Formats: sequence, structure tokens, C-alpha cells
Amino acid sequence: MKRIGVFVCHCGINIAGIVDVKKVVKEIGKYPGVVYSSDYQYMCSEPGQKLMRDAIKEKNLEGLVIASCSPNLHEATFRRNAKLTGLNPYLCEMANIREQCSWVHSDKEKATFKAIEIIKSLIEKVKFNEALLAVQVPVTKKALVIGGGIAGIQVALDIANAGHETILVEKESSIGGHMAQLSETFPTLDCSQCILTPRMVEVGQHPKIKLFTYSEIEEVTGYVGNFKVKIRKKSSFVDWKKCTGCGLCTEKCPTKVLSEFDRKMGSRKAIYTPFPQAVPNKPVIDKENCLYFTKDKCKICEKFCPVGAIDFEQKDSLIEEEIGAIIIATGYDLYPKEKVGEYGYGRFKDVIDGLTFERLLSASGPTKGEVRRPSDGKVPKEVVFIQCVGSRDEKALPYCSKICCMYTAKHAMLYKHRLPEGQAYVFYIDIRAGGKGYEEFYQRGMEEEGTLYLRGKVSKLFEENGKIIIWGVDTLSGEKIEIAADMVVLATGIIASPAVGDLAKKLKVILDSNGFLSEAHPKLRPVETLTSGIFLAGCAQAPKDIPESVAQASGAASKVLALFSGEKLSHEPIVAYVDEEICSGCGKCVSACPYNAREIDQKKKIATVNEVLCQGCGACISACSNGASQQRNFSKGQIISMAEAIL
Amino acid sequence: MSTKAKNLDNSARKTATFLGIELKELSQWTCCGTVFPLITDNLMPLIAPARILANAEKQGNKLVTICAFCYNVLKRTNVTLKKDRQKKEKISQFLKDEGKEFSGKIQVIHLLELLRDGVGFENIKNKVKKELSSLKIAPYYGCQLLRPAQELQLDDPENPQIMESFLKSISCEVIDTPYKTECCGSYLSVSSEDAALDCSYRILASAIKNGAEAISVSCPLCYFNLDQNQKKIKEKISGFIEIPIFYFTELLSIALGINLGKEIFDLHFVDPRPLFMSKNLI
Amino acid sequence: MNINNEDRINFMGKIEQLSGQKVLSCYQCGKCSAGCPVASAMDILPNQIIRLVQLGDEDVLNCKAIWFCASCFVCASRCPKDIDISKIAESLRSIKLRKVFDYLSIPKIPSEVLAEIPQQGLISSFRKFTSY
Repeated sequence: MKRIGVFVCHCGINIAGIVDVKKVVKEIGKYPGVVYSSDYQYMCSEPGQKLMRDAIKEKNLEGLVIASCSPNLHEATFRRNAKLTGLNPYLCEMANIREQCSWVHSDKEKATFKAIEIIKSLIEKVKFNEALLAVQVPVTKKALVIGGGIAGIQVALDIANAGHETILVEKESSIGGHMAQLSETFPTLDCSQCILTPRMVEVGQHPKIKLFTYSEIEEVTGYVGNFKVKIRKKSSFVDWKKCTGCGLCTEKCPTKVLSEFDRKMGSRKAIYTPFPQAVPNKPVIDKENCLYFTKDKCKICEKFCPVGAIDFEQKDSLIEEEIGAIIIATGYDLYPKEKVGEYGYGRFKDVIDGLTFERLLSASGPTKGEVRRPSDGKVPKEVVFIQCVGSRDEKALPYCSKICCMYTAKHAMLYKHRLPEGQAYVFYIDIRAGGKGYEEFYQRGMEEEGTLYLRGKVSKLFEENGKIIIWGVDTLSGEKIEIAADMVVLATGIIASPAVGDLAKKLKVILDSNGFLSEAHPKLRPVETLTSGIFLAGCAQAPKDIPESVAQASGAASKVLALFSGEKLSHEPIVAYVDEEICSGCGKCVSACPYNAREIDQKKKIATVNEVLCQGCGACISACSNGASQQRNFSKGQIISMAEAIL
Repeated sequence: MSTKAKNLDNSARKTATFLGIELKELSQWTCCGTVFPLITDNLMPLIAPARILANAEKQGNKLVTICAFCYNVLKRTNVTLKKDRQKKEKISQFLKDEGKEFSGKIQVIHLLELLRDGVGFENIKNKVKKELSSLKIAPYYGCQLLRPAQELQLDDPENPQIMESFLKSISCEVIDTPYKTECCGSYLSVSSEDAALDCSYRILASAIKNGAEAISVSCPLCYFNLDQNQKKIKEKISGFIEIPIFYFTELLSIALGINLGKEIFDLHFVDPRPLFMSKNLI
Repeated sequence: MNINNEDRINFMGKIEQLSGQKVLSCYQCGKCSAGCPVASAMDILPNQIIRLVQLGDEDVLNCKAIWFCASCFVCASRCPKDIDISKIAESLRSIKLRKVFDYLSIPKIPSEVLAEIPQQGLISSFRKFTSY
């Protein structure tokens, strides 16, 4: 029989306040198999762990039970500690006498009795635990970044600069994301494209980055270090290998379409690049509006292309890659103003959202940077900005979208710069200006640029005689405010990019209740998901501004580099296995497994386990009708002895 | 209704008959109470509407209201008692003493809904005898038909379209106004007349500004506020031009060629006859 | 004003119980006031009524504003915190009315109104503004 050592933790008064620790130590000391039984204030502390190591050596312990908190917290700590002495870490178990005992009971006598019972059952388990070795898998040192906005660009550059090959997949024909649409960024008022495009070019030219734009993720299989990804490169009907980016096709195309990049304020052609600094600077043909595809006419682009790059027969292509780590950086979208009834359901032309206003402000935008009313092109003398549209609203988005206070302050300032005789009004509830230089920036707007901040929400607005009538309030003065504005800019809320739902299903990652990707721990693991090998960066995880997106991107990249730093990856060995003599090949385990870790070997006609995909959940064990499926260190016999110890 | 809102009552009944709807007046009807109780600890105001619903259950499966206040009270009572078991049990005890039972089977709808879903606006269009396309009508909804929207679910509270669709089906030219869902002042005409006058004036002014020649309403109190108050508004604001107010059912009767009798126009404070004569409609 | 926290919690609790609304949810955005059709006739704005309840100022019971509510429910339908402000106004009125207080004086109603107004107007105003 194994020589078992039991260590009972006080956890300050968390356990010792309810459970009589000394009594537990005494009683457990008498249990068959236990050769050492002691207690300590905080087992997880340095002295506590040293105590354990010393006891293991002195008493030649062959198995450990640490009676303390939940294994979720310190199982790894104690197992690492045991390993230092040469003891197999899987011969070390934790008995949870805190969350499952002292924290939920108030009767001291009964709680003490229960603690003893819990420890007894774990002792029974350890008696039959096998000394397991961690499963080792190779790592493909190639990363996949999904999303080519500022976050995706930063991750790709960081990983590629560390010497690993990186694939960047972007669904639009150019990288750059929403940052490319911005005019200037707060609080420095740097020209957005001027700071972005050098990074974009770097990505485009980097020897270690493979860029797939106008592409989407088709399928992902595998597991950390060993993913297989299928990328669908959508047909652009232009051979990008031949195309020189001369732009003649775009110039000659007769069809004009409202430009998505310009938020429908300007136009593009049916064959187009989204903006002049696009990377790669290669055009795509919009099938839905191209005269050839809709009416079988035209083909002017083909006629004029000097290198014969137009290919109307081009098909989508599927590219397969082997990947070690995936980073999701799919970015954000804006809460549609078409959903807000009291602000007109999007019907009023002069009521626009923040990104649209950015295009009006942008020197490369549809009005060349002059702020003009979308309805009649006149210069608006009074512009009203409304914050918290859709955000902080139980009926829409309950959360705060974080960046709107700052970009509204910026909008008001830039508007004033373009039109010194104009007046900006901002309706707000609170001002959130927490970043570096943010508070000073917003104060400057009020003091120097004369932006009038009115504290209150606008209840309704409507069009009348060419103006937008606004019914608002200023709670600070207690006055209802009515303004006849020339233009209204709604700071609509930030939502996760709509593609994220589908992607989450393909990658098997979780979304939170607001549709953003869930991080593994809100405080301490903000760049990882609960799926091993898949990381997050940027607004895909939560609304944030550019400096935070860049910081998070570098954080995600560092996790990937850690993953790639060793030759092999270790995986927990508490996995399922199949007793080949008993298995009948019925396949119930295959349908029970949520991780696709079970298969039927076609030759042997029995079930197999992929030890690296297996997460040790136990579903296949219960599904198996004749007990052929077993789990290491959770055998049926062990579970029965554990139960008997309590009963 | 048969006293102070005769034109609504008559026109509603006659048009319903014409369209083939059998409207059976609820026997033993009582006043619904006019307002839905907004406090939680007094259930007495729910007894009258619950009794009406219990009565109605025995007589059919749809209770059609013509008055917007009744619609609001009855529909909200129906929804509340179906959702809140405690309240339902308490009210049921009172009803049991009278030998009545509320089970929630009845569906409360407004006449506009019946016209839209039961008859169909297309069918009404086909039965139109008199073209009203020269009339510019601004639909006015008021409050009690639309809010609270989660409980009533009659139409979108910010941009309702049911009266617009109705008016279009009887070939009127529809004038959209931003005040079509704003309050007319309601019962403040009794306690704080000036406040109610302000509310009514804003609605009238907006309709006139947008080119309306008349306003179509669905509630007797809105009718009173928008019609009668024009007397005082004329005194306060010089240059104010009167605008006739119609119940939507009156317009329906005219379109269907049903004769309501000359007296019906006498019930309007703002006489609609000049408008009709200028359009050769009478 | 001096805040006596126990009194404040009691008063707030009474209003919350009567109205069924979570008074503390209000973050004073003012959308109710901005959309209220009669706010310009009130002595304090609807959002200020709730603020005074949050502060425990029982003097709010003496304001004129609560007697101007027309129960149009625009405030409730637009509130981003799903608070029904009309219910809070009604609960404040009911506290006054239950002390046998009539805001509306029936003899003072103009005779033309009495003669012409549909019964709904009379009954609803009596139910809202008189103790019965």
C-alpha cells in the first residue's frame, strides 16, 4: 500500500474558522495508509510548500492529499512542488474542504466531520492513482491571425519579427480595418492613415508574413500546436499575381456604386480598391454591381488592362495551412442607427453615425475634409453630437462602449477647426476620459474650442424645414433644451463584428453575453480564450481604443511566442483510454465526445482516443455501455472506493 | 360613448356592419375605470376591468374596444393577470363571489387591429365608394393605443403605421407629422387647462405646418382636446387657423358612402363642412 | 439638506414598494424630462423628482410636478434603465391622496369642460388627483 501524506491547510480562518483542523489531522492520522498527517496556516505559501517537500523526503511519501481549497486554484502549484522532489505529480490530489465544506457550512462539528470524510475519499483515490507522464506533442511554429485591423497588424508584426511565419487573413480586400477610415486619432490628432499605413506596408512586405486578403476562414480542425486551417480566398476576378496596381481598370469602369468605405457618402466603381493606400493595392470586382455579371455587357476593364489580369472565370480557392496558434482580431462594428426609433430609424439623411462623420472629416473622404450636410451639401453651422446611443441602455447594449466620449470630443474639436464660426453641442450623461492625455484633451474642447456640453439625453429628434429639431435636457441647470440643428452625429455603441458568431462556432470559442469573445479570465488572462492555442486581441474581446488594442495585440503575440518557445507542448495525461479486449466498436463514445477526440479505428474496429484533444471530461466513460472506455486515475474501482469511504 | 362620443360610436357601428363584422355589444358592460392602476398595493382598480374580461370570455373570444382608454386598461389588465399569478388569484376570489371567472382566454384588440387583420385594408380599399384622395389627413395616435409597447404590442411606438395604412386604404393623402405620438394633454384639461392647451396646440400647429387639412384620431379624449380646445387657442393666439378633427371611423363611413346623418357634423366644434364643400365631397 | 440615512432608506423603500420600480437604477440621464410633454409646466423636472427620492427628501411630496403627469408613458418607453417614471409619480401622489388630500378641486373645474368633456377625462382626472 502506498505511503500517503496528508496536509491540512488552515487557509487563515477560511477553513480553520469552521473546521477543527487539529481534530482532522488527528483523526486522519489514524486512517489506514496514512503515515504522515499535519497542518499549516497556508499550504500554498513558500514555507508551506517547503514543509511538504521535507515531509515527502523524510517519510518517503508515495502519495499526497492536500486538504485545502479548490483544485482550480492550486492543483498545479502543489503538483509542481511534488515534482521537485521527484514524486510523480499525478500522485498528488487535493481535497476541497474550503469551497465544498468550510465556506458553505456553519455547524462546526458537522463541517469537521464532513472534512474528514472528504479527505478519506481522496486518500482512497490516491491509493490507486497511476504515476502518469504528461502527453507530449510537437508544435507547428506558425501563427494564424484572423483580422487585419490595427490589432491584427500588430500581432502579425510582433510574431513575424520574432522569426516565426505568420499568416494574416482579412475578409476585406485590404488590411487596415476601421482605423483606415478615421480622419485623426485622439488625443494627439495624428492623421490616422499616416500612422497606420507604414505598418500596413510593413506587413505587406514582411518576408515572414503571408497575407491573405479578401479571404475568410472556412474550417479549423486540430488542437493547440497542431491546427489545420482551410482558408477560402474569395474570387476577386482579378489575377493579383499579374496585376500591377496601375488603376486603369477602376478609372475606365462605367459603373458607380455607393462606397462602403465612405459609409455610403461617396462612390466607388464596380471594380475597385477600397482606398488609395490599400495593402495589397489590388482591385476586386463587385459581382453584384458589375455590368458583365449582371447584364453580360461591358468588360471594359479587361479591354484596358495592360497586363491581362482580369479573369471573369476566376473561382474561389481553398488553401490549407498547418498552424500552431490562432489569434482572433476581428474588430468591431457600430450599433446600427436604424434600430433607434426615437432618432428616426436612420431615415433622416443629416443624422449620421461617428464613422460616417470621420469620412466627412477625412481629407481623402467624399467631401475632401469639408464638413457638409449629406442632404444638400450645405455647411452645417450648428452640429449636435449625441453620446450613449444604444450604449448603457437596458433595451439595447447594457455596457459602456468606452471610446465614444473621446471620439465625440475629437469630432467636436475637428469640426470647429474646419469651421471656426460653427457651434458644436454635445449631449452626454457622463464623460469617460481615463487614458493618458484624455482628460486634458476633452477639457481643451470645452475651454478653447467652445464645445457646449449639455448633460442629458435627447428624447426625440425629427426633421422640420430642413433642420433637425432636438428635444433634449440639461439636468445640471434643470432646463429642457430644444435645438434646431443642421446636422446630428450619433455616437452609436460598439458591437462585435457580426462575423464573430460564425467564427466562434468554427473555432469552438465562447462568446460572452454581449456577443464579444470571452477571455479566459477577466483580470489575469485577458488575451487568451479557454480554448488552448487560441488568443484574442483588440475590439473582438471588448470595446477599446487604439493604444489598448495595440498593447493587447503585443500581449497576445507574447503568449504565442511562449507557446512556440519549446520544442514540444505538454498536455494533461488524465485522459480516456480504451480497453481493447472489451471494446465492441459501437461508437457511442464518438458521439458523446464534445472535443472530437474519439474515433473508430476502421481496421481494428475498436474505439481510439486522441490524447491531445481529450480534455478528460468523462462523457465517453459514462456513454460506454460495457466499461471499455476508462479514464486514467478515475477508474471505476477508484470512484467506488471513494464513495465507500464516505458512505 | 353614446353620449359624449356619438360620432365615434355611430360611425364605428355602421362601418363595422357594412364591412360584414358582427359587433356584439358586451352585455352588462361597466366602466373599465379609464386608467390602469400604476401602484402595486391596491388591486381594487383591477376588478372592474377583470369583470369585463370575464364577461367577455363567456360571450366570445375577441373583445374589440373602440375607445383608446378602454383598450389600454383592458389589454394591460389582461396581460398583467395572465402574467402575475398572485394578482390573478386575488382578483379571482372577488370574481368568484359574483359567480364569474377570469381565465385569460379572451384577446383584447382595438378596432384598428380588427380592420387590419379581420377585414384587411385591401378589402376596405375595394369597397371604397367615395374617393377621398384630395383630403390631406394627418394621423394622430396619442398615447393610450401605443404605450407601454411591450404590453400593448399594437404598433411601433416611435413610428406607428397602422393608421397611415388605414388612411391610404380609403385613399386619403397621408401627412406625416413628428407630433403624431405626442400626448394631447389627456385629463389635464380638467385639472391644469393651460398645460393641456399647450400640448394640443403643438400638435395642431405641427399638423398645419406640415400641410394637413384635417387630423384623424382614435380616442374620444384626444378628439375633445384637439377639437374643443381650438376655441381657447383661437382666443390666445392670433392668426390661428382652425383645422377639423375626425374620428377615423367617420372618415371610413364617408369613404364607404354610409350616411351618418347631418347632425354628425354638428358634434364637431370645428365644422368640417367648409372643408368638404371645398373638396366637392358633399 | 442634512441626510438622515435611515429616513432616506425608509422613504426610498416605500416608494420602491408602491411603484415596483428600482429607484436606485436611475443614473439621471434626463431622457424622461427631455421627452415629457408637460415638463415645462412643472416646478421640477421628472428626473429631479426621482433624484429627490434617491436623496430621501420627503419634501418632494409637496412639489407641483407630480400633479401634472398625464400618464402618457413616453418616459417609461424611452428610459434606458427600464424605469417606469409614471409609476413613481403615481406612488408619490398616492401617499398624498391617502392622507385625504384632493389636488383637484371639483367646483373649480370650468363649466364648459364639465359639460363637454368625455367621461374618460373626468373619471381619469378624479382617480389620479382626488382621494376616493
